[in-house]
Amino acid sequence: MSDRAPKTTLVVNGRARELSLDPRTTLLDALRDHLDLPGTHKGCDHGQCGACTVLIGGERVLSCLALAVMHDGDEITTVEGLAARAGAGDAPEALGALQAAFVAHDAFQCGFCTSGQLCSATALLAELARGDLSVVTPDDDTVRVTGDEIRERMAGNLCRCGAYPNLVAAIAEVAGQGEEGAS
Amino acid sequence: MSDTPQTTPREGGRAAIGDAVPRVDGPKKVTGRAPYTADHRLDEAPLIGWIVPSRAGRARVDAVDTARALDVPGVVAVLTHRNAPKQAPRGTPSDAGRFSQSHALLAAPEVACYGEPVALVLAETLEAAREAAGLVEVALTPLPGRYAVTGDEPDEALEVPDDVDGGMPADMSHGDFDLAWEKAEVRVDATYETLAEHASAMEPHATLATWDGEELVVRVAIQIVGSAVEALANTLRLDKEKVRVISPFIGGGFGSKLGIHDDAVLASLGAIATDRPVRVVQTRRDLFSSAPHRGCSTQRVRLGASRDGRLLAVAHESVMPMARGYEFAEPCAASARASYACDGILTRHRVVRADLPRIDSMRGPGEAVGSLAFESAVDELARALERDPVAFRLANVAETEPISGKPFASFDLRRCLEVGAERYGWSRRAERGRRDGRWLLGHGVASATRPNFLMEAKARVRLEDDGRAVAELDMTDIGTGSYTILSQIVADTLELPLDRVEVRLGDSRYPQTAGSGGSFGAASAGGALLSACRRLRGQLRAGGGREAEGHIEPGEDFEKYAQYMTGAHFVEVGVDEVTSEVRVRRAVGAFSFGRVLNPTTARSQLYGGMVFGIGGALTEGLHLDERVGAYMNRDLAGYHLPTERDVPALEVVMIGERDDRCGLLGSKGVGELGLCGLGAAIANAVYDACGARVRRFPLTPDAVMAARAAW
Ligand code: FES
Ligand code: FES
Repeated sequence: MSDRAPKTTLVVNGRARELSLDPRTTLLDALRDHLDLPGTHKGCDHGQCGACTVLIGGERVLSCLALAVMHDGDEITTVEGLAARAGAGDAPEALGALQAAFVAHDAFQCGFCTSGQLCSATALLAELARGDLSVVTPDDDTVRVTGDEIRERMAGNLCRCGAYPNLVAAIAEVAGQGEEGAS
Repeated sequence: MSDTPQTTPREGGRAAIGDAVPRVDGPKKVTGRAPYTADHRLDEAPLIGWIVPSRAGRARVDAVDTARALDVPGVVAVLTHRNAPKQAPRGTPSDAGRFSQSHALLAAPEVACYGEPVALVLAETLEAAREAAGLVEVALTPLPGRYAVTGDEPDEALEVPDDVDGGMPADMSHGDFDLAWEKAEVRVDATYETLAEHASAMEPHATLATWDGEELVVRVAIQIVGSAVEALANTLRLDKEKVRVISPFIGGGFGSKLGIHDDAVLASLGAIATDRPVRVVQTRRDLFSSAPHRGCSTQRVRLGASRDGRLLAVAHESVMPMARGYEFAEPCAASARASYACDGILTRHRVVRADLPRIDSMRGPGEAVGSLAFESAVDELARALERDPVAFRLANVAETEPISGKPFASFDLRRCLEVGAERYGWSRRAERGRRDGRWLLGHGVASATRPNFLMEAKARVRLEDDGRAVAELDMTDIGTGSYTILSQIVADTLELPLDRVEVRLGDSRYPQTAGSGGSFGAASAGGALLSACRRLRGQLRAGGGREAEGHIEPGEDFEKYAQYMTGAHFVEVGVDEVTSEVRVRRAVGAFSFGRVLNPTTARSQLYGGMVFGIGGALTEGLHLDERVGAYMNRDLAGYHLPTERDVPALEVVMIGERDDRCGLLGSKGVGELGLCGLGAAIANAVYDACGARVRRFPLTPDAVMAARAAW
């Protein structure tokens, strides 16, 4: 096994973690099975559901479609690190603004898709702030916080419980606009 | 105790039943600290089990060659029918319910349907298990099987099921349908088809099993703990006392986790065979054969009315597949039996046994697909009568249960239609125009009904030395909000702040409930807990013990009264003039389901049901490979769940009141109601938009285009 197990360093939630992994190990399985971070979930293992979304360098990545060895040295944030990333401290019960809004707006039911939704929404806020265009951005190329922008940009994260209306409300609130603006 | 919903926090952190308190398990879920089955960590690393499924339909297993698989470093064992621990025959004991019977696997050299496991690889790592699974060589001889069910089967292929889900007879009638049909001046006789569907909870079915030579501890994603214990005990011939099932967090169920599935049996077999803990998480692909699905349906609806708009005759007849060896029939005609008064009703359910993967309850069994047909037909009749579809429904709302004549406990369909129409602006819908660019606009309405069940349940509550209350029951929270509403019940009854209450669920060591299913969870488990809390309160006042048990079961009010939840859906759609794509632009639902225990979680349930309904109406359908009985689009790229972008702003109005005939809590169920009828409202809106009646669900662009061309 040893020749098949290159050393990989992943910087996860601010901590460098060195691992010897079977090179076939996905980033998702590395997080869940080797780094004891099971909060990132496997919904399909095929890039079809978004449950496994994590942040790499602040951008969303489907961790089931990434091999861990491809991310040697990369800065990765998982749901377990979102509160600290949002400046809310690293106590286990600390909540960042998005997490608090998810609870306040009941933006989940079973909660299985939630880690992916939160990571996606975190990156979405940065995309909006940068003014990244989407297919629903109006012809004036000005990105606004609207329900449609949020819906489009969250469409890669399936939620079978159907928490979609509450997800839009929660994200809209944090994106700086009230629910009306985003209906 | 208060019935008034309250959204602002009460003094001292108290929370009453009916308050809109946020989910108590919310902080865990948004920080990744809620341990779903596959997330649970033991001291000893488990072996990873990987399933090798049959790639034929009904078949004989000629050989399973595991030599190459066993050579893969890290592989510990490969179980097949030759070496798997002995089990009781599948489907035994015959007098147990389907969720409690043996679910034997790898027990004989045969497979009943596509996807049935033929081997289980057990390895130290997931990568090794998966590699080895690909090296197991399986030789199968296909056996003749019936896979496709079209609804055109000859009479001798049609069977009358013993009963339909909910325990109702397959055939029920009232009055004389033929006479009423004869008398009717305006008639609709239409046949509708729905494709098979899949629940597709986001959490794949998963099990972590440990065996110490005597006791089997099974952590499994399950909706009902009690029958899972029975099923495992029956399968493995163990004492029920030696099987413990634990399921604290479940990533959605929608019916697919009512009973145990392949992962539970195989992980248990693996643990017994190796004396190591075993984790089996099913792949998304295999779930489309292993987790049960909703069968396809062919439904004929005949409705007749007098010219002045009185409904006279109702007939609803369905044909669906029944998976061979697994008794489940879906009550498509449930809404026809419940919604409108008329002179003669005829309802009939027929099944065709097929060698398909298991067919079972999926959210809203009966109404979910039955109302697609029935409420479309009601719309067709209203159109034929040239009546407003809301007014036509209002004029015919049932006053007593149509099929039995029994009085309703409470039946709010009329109010749901009125309030919903008002909120939607139904009478002003013309002002919204008929077109928006290339989108043809239309509006649709449909009624929703769903029977209310109460199941026997027990619960325990205890006051700890530090003044906290701890409640224990084997109820589950599949995303429904059980932890939250049960905490509210304790806090309210014992007058404690919410953070002094701990509710423990999902463990077979706790008092037994009926779990989550059929929308009965909250009223049943909640009623038992309320009774335990009241008893404890009495004891404490009298200076008695600090622990009490409560119990609830359906009383005679469930005999005397017909019990239903009701709702009404109002939907605006756009139909793309060129591509025939249908988009839902707006949906308003008014619902009545007794006392609202928590408006926040109830609203989420209703939203979720409506989203489910959008999927069932527009995108979700399984396509069968008729040669082997496999669904071809068996992943989330091919089976299209609604996405965030497919769901517009939804509006939910909750108008119910406490109904003391529905049990101790005065509440009814809400988990399925939002789904019932919504799809028909969409189809009716499509008709309104483009003048084509689509009778094949889901309303994918090809189906709509074909209907538009034919109309
Ligand atoms: S698990 Fe990665 S997208 Fe579904
Ligand atoms: S909350 Fe259950 S899948 Fe999203």
